[in-house]
Amino acid sequence: MFDDKTAKAQRPIAIKVEGLRKSFGSHEVLKGVSLTARTGDVVAIIGGSGSGKSTMLRCINFLETPSGGQIEIGGEAVAMNATGAPTDRRQLERLRQSLGMVFQSFNLWTHMTVLENLIEVPVHVLKTPRAQAVETARALLARVGLAEKENAYPAFMSGGQQQRAAIARALAIGPKAMLFDEPTSALDPELVGEVLAVIRALADEGRTMILVTHEMKFAREVADHVIYLHNGVIEEEGPPSAVFGAPQSARLKQFLSSVG
Amino acid sequence: MMADGSALSASLDLLAYSPPGWGANLLRGLGNTVLIALGAYGVGMFLGTLGAFGKLYGGPLTRDLLGLYTTLVRAIPELVLILILYFAVTDLVNQALLALGYARIQISGVAAGIMVLGVVQGAYATEVLRGAIQSVPAGQIEAARAMGMSPLLVARRITLPLMLPAAIPGMANLWMIVTKDTALLAVVGFNELVQESRQAAGTTKAFFTFFMAAGVLFLCMSLVSNQIFARIEAWANKGTKRGGI
Repeated sequence: MFDDKTAKAQRPIAIKVEGLRKSFGSHEVLKGVSLTARTGDVVAIIGGSGSGKSTMLRCINFLETPSGGQIEIGGEAVAMNATGAPTDRRQLERLRQSLGMVFQSFNLWTHMTVLENLIEVPVHVLKTPRAQAVETARALLARVGLAEKENAYPAFMSGGQQQRAAIARALAIGPKAMLFDEPTSALDPELVGEVLAVIRALADEGRTMILVTHEMKFAREVADHVIYLHNGVIEEEGPPSAVFGAPQSARLKQFLSSVG
Repeated sequence: MMADGSALSASLDLLAYSPPGWGANLLRGLGNTVLIALGAYGVGMFLGTLGAFGKLYGGPLTRDLLGLYTTLVRAIPELVLILILYFAVTDLVNQALLALGYARIQISGVAAGIMVLGVVQGAYATEVLRGAIQSVPAGQIEAARAMGMSPLLVARRITLPLMLPAAIPGMANLWMIVTKDTALLAVVGFNELVQESRQAAGTTKAFFTFFMAAGVLFLCMSLVSNQIFARIEAWANKGTKRGGI
């Protein structure tokens, strides 16, 4: 849809993060990081454990409250006070409804079947008619290869199936962008492939995505832009060919050789 | 043998439904006991839910007030609380009414019993439900918030159903306790099961017969309750490997 690189500058900005800072107590996890994702961009955030990459992602939809900086979603700045706390709950809820979040530990609602998980937000928050929500949900389940699992409860599914269902749940709200927080880190190695295949298909259809990952090979293949975080600052960023193919900083070189 | 047989039939005569038997009185007492227990349990669950969310998510003032409530109510014997709340509160309400130029009112025994035991139940339920809410995996609440659910919707659709499996054993205990606490209302002259039994026993001098009958009725109530709670527990555990599908 947006594969013409020359048109990149004309695409609208989906998510913009500027000068984001975050402290836990006296420990500063993010020291002023920025990011711009235009519609159709796949941005991968990589870095070692404790680098702040998950925190950066979680600040975008305010699951973590930033300590400073600015977040824009779909061109709209999230209202926040000087300490970074959101000041307009309704605005934040509305903006969150345009972001599909996928978690490391799936976080499907265990008291609901897969289908109920998918229609929960469309029916109760977005007020989609139930029949229409069910129809959309079934189509999404078919896409992630779980058509037969709509009446299963999450506890009776494999990790890979749960994560694919969680991706379908995030897609069911019709998000403008997807946020992935280490989506394969909690999976057994043999289940990683099926989840990556679903994410790759989303990238291929031009979805806007921000992806925190440990899968370097995958990031190199699907991302348009790669950000390397180290100790709360962006150490290096650029297209995957540059970041992975010709790393400049010693730290990134060391990181890439350590993760193989 | 003859003596035993006639004693048994004399007891059964005393328990007969229509006068001179006292069966109707006992059943009326049982009905009142069930009514008060249900009402107080409902009030208690309502107060407990508010109290638990308030203690976990409220501001400092809310938390302090709720802490005072649960500490006081759980520290003072139920009997004393019933006397305080029944006589003192009735008196206060009437003094306020008189001061405002209204007539005194007579607070009905049922309403007072439900209110008093409900306040007691609420304090215990606050702690039971607070523990249960804390057992809900944080990630599932986070997923709901991340997709734009309002706090009230998260509580109703996600937190409350997910905490049920952890809450039900404690809540079943509270139900057992409230059915028996209704007996304390006898001190304010309310005609629940124990008071009715005592009156029947005092009149006929058949103490053993009537108190045994009251005991059996309490036992039956408890057995029925156990069945109901077992079903609720199986339902609340749906989707987990404990409860099956």
